[in-house]
Amino acid sequence: MENWKRSVRAFFAAFTPPTFWLVTFFIVPLSLIWLYSFSSKTGVTEITLDWNLGQYARALEPLYLGIFWKSILMASATTAICLVVAFPVAIAIVFSKPTMRMWLLLLVILPFWTNLLIRTYALIAVLRTNGFINNGLEWIVVNADWALSFIGLGDNTIVGPFEPLSLLYNNTAVVFGLVYVSLPFMVLPLYAALDRLDRSYLEASLDLGAGHIRTFFSIVVPLALPGIASGIVITFIPAMGSYLTPDLLGGTDSQMIANVIASQFKQANNWPFGAALSFLLMYATFFALAVRAVLMRKEGRGDAR
Amino acid sequence: MSIFSRNPDPMGPLDYSRRFSLRFTVAVTLFFLYAPIIGLIVFSFNDSRRNIVWRGFTTDYYVKLFNNDALMLAFGNSLTIALFTTLFSTVLGALTAYVLWRYRFPGKAVYEGGMALPIVIPEICMGVAMMVFFARIGWPSGMIWPFNLSAITIAHIAFSFPFAAIVIRARLESFNPELAECARDLGASEYRVFRDVVVPHMKPGLIAGALLAFTLSLDDFVITFFTSGPDTVTFPVKIYSMVRFSVTPEVNAASTVLILLTLVVTAFALRMQNRNNMLGSAAH
Repeated sequence: MENWKRSVRAFFAAFTPPTFWLVTFFIVPLSLIWLYSFSSKTGVTEITLDWNLGQYARALEPLYLGIFWKSILMASATTAICLVVAFPVAIAIVFSKPTMRMWLLLLVILPFWTNLLIRTYALIAVLRTNGFINNGLEWIVVNADWALSFIGLGDNTIVGPFEPLSLLYNNTAVVFGLVYVSLPFMVLPLYAALDRLDRSYLEASLDLGAGHIRTFFSIVVPLALPGIASGIVITFIPAMGSYLTPDLLGGTDSQMIANVIASQFKQANNWPFGAALSFLLMYATFFALAVRAVLMRKEGRGDAR
Repeated sequence: MSIFSRNPDPMGPLDYSRRFSLRFTVAVTLFFLYAPIIGLIVFSFNDSRRNIVWRGFTTDYYVKLFNNDALMLAFGNSLTIALFTTLFSTVLGALTAYVLWRYRFPGKAVYEGGMALPIVIPEICMGVAMMVFFARIGWPSGMIWPFNLSAITIAHIAFSFPFAAIVIRARLESFNPELAECARDLGASEYRVFRDVVVPHMKPGLIAGALLAFTLSLDDFVITFFTSGPDTVTFPVKIYSMVRFSVTPEVNAASTVLILLTLVVTAFALRMQNRNNMLGSAAH
């Protein structure tokens, strides 16, 4: 790498266009809503910048704190489920043959490249009253009843008439949808961490008499901890800020923070408050990223040893 | 599939991938990931409006799709935006990658952090920021076609080019700076070195970055949703309004078209990146 002063003109020729774009069309808009978050709404469309913290104070009201809390809870549930599901998958991928490994990785990443909206829509067809799950269950119930009628227990004596489950438009549906869209986020870092793992530790542990479960909890988990932490953070951040999944799969009480921000900017038309909420969400994101950076640095030190 | 095939060798203690429980988990997970999408694609060919039970094969909904003017207009808008986004993002991404790869300058860490911001901040925050920005500066809204899409395109470029920069920079890592030094010694100007030495080496990265920008732009819903107006509807925004309304085979057909398009572009990108890596390792 060379010092920029050695070829100032070439440096600025390459430096200026992207910097201009980033500043004008990204930093300036963000700064604008940052300023809005300290303003008050003085009319239908008028907003005055008076550097008050009222919008942030309002965000601490129980209603909005509750929504923040709910977002954190839903994102945590999503992350936990993803971790439990992704760990065996990552182990199976790491320990398979190289060609198989490539295909499995590709299969895990591929849905990730499909449009988020379409994947969420696909889940609606699975979960709704007349969806695949309810239809499948109905088929099972009806046939079980038919089979039981041979031993004189038919006509809904044991299995009652089928009542479709309400799987859509509630918090469970939102968590289900979030797990569905964020699973690849968890598998990839876990895979990367397990791939670096020195297998002789595992062999030593097994040779010395520890079982697979004990080896997993006292060897694999501690060694893969930075990867696990990284997976948790990069699953948690998008889940916490997700807009589309709660919007399409959630009911009236499953609003997450992003939905409140959107409604403040659209229906409620209270831009300063929406701006304050956006920045609170962004600070939460930065905090999570900082945690990740600290953990990654620890890992780097571990490697150097 | 070989997940379930028998292997005559005895199973070693670390052959976790051959344990039934793990294979079963992988199979269930893949089923969970793919069944909804495959169901969606299959039911786009279903000959029934109610979209629940299979009533026979038909391509009617695709015909309807192509005769639906509003949907086709949205599709055209999406492609136009994606093309311009690709063009600008590739150029800006290449310049960013080049600057970060070649130079040391004060505040570089902060600059790199700033470039990563559009990638890490929640989409909703960027969406509302863009909406406020364009409303505040009074960006003209009623312009004639392609120009009415400018606000969306600008927002798309802002979040796509840092992604392109990452891909292109990865490619530059395998470039030997002595080649550029050599060209300079032989009298080439900075511009000629860039055009005739650096860019040819960057090429696979440029293509991969361009394809990435294209899919990002084509797929984006949240940021577009906040920057689009009533007469600048993109394909995902249109599908969103249809989804809110009801679950119909037309939506399935439209989704299938978008899935196919993204898959083709992604397959290309993956091939490019693979070649990228192979060339990269061959150069060392």
